[in-house]
Amino acid sequence: MSFIDVKNVWKTYQDQVVLENINLKVKKGEFVTIVGASGCGKSTFLRMLLGQDVPSRGHIYCDGQVLRDEPDEKRGIVFQRYSVFPHLTVLQNVVLGTELAGNRYLGKLWGRKKRAAIDEARALLAAVGLQPSENKYPHELSGGMQQRLALAQSLIKKPQMLLLDEPFGALDPGIRADMHELVLTLWRESGTTIFMVTHDLKEGFYLGTRLLVFDKMRHDPHAPGRFGAGITYDLPIGKTERQLYQAIKQDVVTTERIAEKHRA
Amino acid sequence: MKRLINLHPQPTTAWILALLPFAMVVLGYVVASDLRLAENPNDKLLPSFATIYDAIVRLAFTEDKRSGEFLFWLDTWASLQRLGIAVLVSALMGLIIGIGNGLIPLLRAPFSSFIAVISMVPPMAILPVLFIVFGLGELSKVMLIVLGTAPFIARDIQQRVMEIPAEQIIKAQTLQANSWQIAIRVILPQVMPRLIDAVRLSLGAAWLFLIAAEAIASTEGLGYRIFLVRRYMAMDVILPYVVWITLLAFVADIGLRAVSKVCFPWYHRGGV
Repeated sequence: MSFIDVKNVWKTYQDQVVLENINLKVKKGEFVTIVGASGCGKSTFLRMLLGQDVPSRGHIYCDGQVLRDEPDEKRGIVFQRYSVFPHLTVLQNVVLGTELAGNRYLGKLWGRKKRAAIDEARALLAAVGLQPSENKYPHELSGGMQQRLALAQSLIKKPQMLLLDEPFGALDPGIRADMHELVLTLWRESGTTIFMVTHDLKEGFYLGTRLLVFDKMRHDPHAPGRFGAGITYDLPIGKTERQLYQAIKQDVVTTERIAEKHRA
Repeated sequence: MKRLINLHPQPTTAWILALLPFAMVVLGYVVASDLRLAENPNDKLLPSFATIYDAIVRLAFTEDKRSGEFLFWLDTWASLQRLGIAVLVSALMGLIIGIGNGLIPLLRAPFSSFIAVISMVPPMAILPVLFIVFGLGELSKVMLIVLGTAPFIARDIQQRVMEIPAEQIIKAQTLQANSWQIAIRVILPQVMPRLIDAVRLSLGAAWLFLIAAEAIASTEGLGYRIFLVRRYMAMDVILPYVVWITLLAFVADIGLRAVSKVCFPWYHRGGV
């Protein structure tokens, strides 16, 4: 049985159709990257996986159960920004997940439990390369380091799935390459299922095990909200060719232009 | 020659420039006072510094003949006590209401606009009601300040809570936080420095209400004394009291800012 099963999912806001009839099965441990033009429902889809948003029609099943309709500790998330808590140091940010679970009233631990939580957090910080900065506050970190911290913070809960919403969109290209390495390593070590939304087609093409392209299949020039996006490509990564990359790129850019025209 | 907007004073010059207006006011006062006193030595409107000094010694460092108290310190203590209690109550109420309204939609729906309307009630207009309901004692004075400042603080805190990025609230949920934990581990520490800001801003209004309440019904307090001696046109007492109140307010403001800087270093940053 597949781990994630998306069945006939639609998402509409008033008369605007964002996603139409999404069907998808994902196995445990896959690394799915999602690309597409802006406004094609990539982030909406991720929000539904997170529980922040619910499908208008259809259901998403996880291990045979309908997904809970609010975020929980089974699903980790890293946003493009604001994923870490500015008032906590690096170490405190990572320890937080353990503390919240260990003390349901105050969300704080002391003594032996606290030391155990700190040890666990330090191991993760070492894995993401942040141990030397453990006493810094997030604002003292660079953008890439903040995203490393956000990853470590999520992974302490050992989530069944990790959702990444354009996590490297705001980073420099060089840093981004380092982050790709890191995500791949963490994915292999943790064995978690990853869904990553990205705006960067190339990133989607070379990272992970599976590529989904969200795109509008029909355009009504008089009613841009009439038709939603669907999954136009579902490709195993590694078996892709340059020609296909160009074709997808062409599609995405065309949709982007049409959307741009409607906005203008 | 550079543009005016690009000309910056040197550090020393900046200090001198900052002190200049104060020096001008003192100088202007001395000149005006001398002119009036030369014409009429009994003039009470602009007393000389010597007269003011005598008044200070009389009130602050000599026992009052009737009560045996040092009136200046008695007044200061009475006023600061009222102000302190009222501001603490306000801050606490504002914090609890603000976090509740900001974080929990089910509380925001009934209470947000209610608080907004309450904050529009001019507190001075219902001062008589407070005197009738709470009597002429300490409670009505404290209530006036609380009514005047708590709704403002609550609205400000609500706004600050709602400005915290939704991403953080979602992240906390994925870290297994329940609503209460989000309130005390994510929201509370982040709004504490903002609460201090809100209190600093509302201190001016708090002093205003304090002095108004003391002027109307009191037996001691800085505002009471000023309005009492007004009957004798005792400017030699009023002026040092006003300067003292200003100084207290200024010190409170600086103190709160310092506390915020020490306790919340992450808040006073260049920006993420």
